[in-house]
Amino acid sequence: MAKKARVAAEINASSMADIAFLLLIFFLVTTTIASDKGLTIRLPPKQDQVDVKLKERDVFTVLTNSNNELLVEGEPMSVKDLREAAKKFIMNNNVDPASSESPAKAVISFKTDRGTRYDVYIKVMDELKRAYNELRAASLGMTVQAYLDLENDPKRSEDPRLVKVKVEIPYQLSEAEPTNTGAN
Amino acid sequence: MPAISTASLPDIVFMLLFFFMVTTVLRETALLVMNRLPAATQLQKLEKKSLVSYIYIGKPKDTGKFGTEPRIQANDALIVPKAVPNFVYSEKDKLDEVERDKITMSLKVDKEAKMGIVSDVKQQLREANALKVNYSTGKAVE
Repeated sequence: MAKKARVAAEINASSMADIAFLLLIFFLVTTTIASDKGLTIRLPPKQDQVDVKLKERDVFTVLTNSNNELLVEGEPMSVKDLREAAKKFIMNNNVDPASSESPAKAVISFKTDRGTRYDVYIKVMDELKRAYNELRAASLGMTVQAYLDLENDPKRSEDPRLVKVKVEIPYQLSEAEPTNTGAN
Repeated sequence: MPAISTASLPDIVFMLLFFFMVTTVLRETALLVMNRLPAATQLQKLEKKSLVSYIYIGKPKDTGKFGTEPRIQANDALIVPKAVPNFVYSEKDKLDEVERDKITMSLKVDKEAKMGIVSDVKQQLREANALKVNYSTGKAVE
C-alpha cells in the first residue's frame, strides 16, 4: 500500500449549502422589494376655501360615479379617450369658445363618488397627469419619458426650460369633495 | 450516470442571498390589510426615505376580528380617519424641525378600496397640514 501524504484535517463544508439556504429563506420571507414610486400630488391647504371666480369654459369637469363610469363635460366617456380630450381642452387657446382660453387658465375639476374604486381614480389621475406631461414634453421637443426623467431628477430641477414649461402649462387640477350617492 | 458535482451549490446560493440582501428592505410593519397597489405610468420616485410616512388602506386580512369594511393602518394599528392627524404629528415629531414640512405621506391603498375612505384620509391630512401626498403605485406597462 502506497503511503499517502497525510492531508491536513479539513472542516467538513457540506453543511454550508444548508446554512446558506436557511439564510436565503429568511431574507425571502422577511423582506420586500421596496417600490416607493407613485403619483405625487399636493393637497390644497385647509384654509383655502376662497372660491376663485372661474369661467365655465375654463373648467374641464370629470366626474366618476359608484359604477366607475366617467362623465366628462356632461358626456359619458371611456377612460381611453380622456387623455386626448383633456389635451384638446388645455391647448385650445381660445379657438373654441366653449373650451379654455389658454393653458394657464385651464382648470380640470375632478370629482369622484365615495363608491368609486380607487384604481379607477388612479387611472383617471394618471391619464390626466399624462395629458399634462405629454403637452409639456411636446412643447420642449422631447419624449414623455425624457420629460419625466427631467422632472424627477433632483439635480436638474432648476433647469430654466422646465420652469418655463411649468409656467406655460401649469398643472391645475382641483379635486372636489366626493359625492355620496348610494353604494359607499 | 456520473454523479453531478454539487460543489458549487453554496456559491450559487450565496449569490442569490447577496442579491436579496442588497435589493430588499426589511419590512418594518406587519401588514394587517390587503394591499394590492394599482399601476400607473406617470410615476415619481420618493427621494428621501426618512421623510416618508406610510398609511395603508384596505380590507383587513382578518375579517373575523376587524370586519369587512376597508380600514386604515398606520404603523402597527388600525385607526379611524379622525386619528390620522395625530399619526401625522407623531411622525413629524420624529423629524428635525427644518424637515417637518417636507414630510410626504405615502398612501398605499388597495386597488379595490373605495374613494370614500381615501377622501376621508385626505381631508384629515389637510387638517394636519401634511399636504405632500404620494399615491403609491406599481409601474404600469404601456
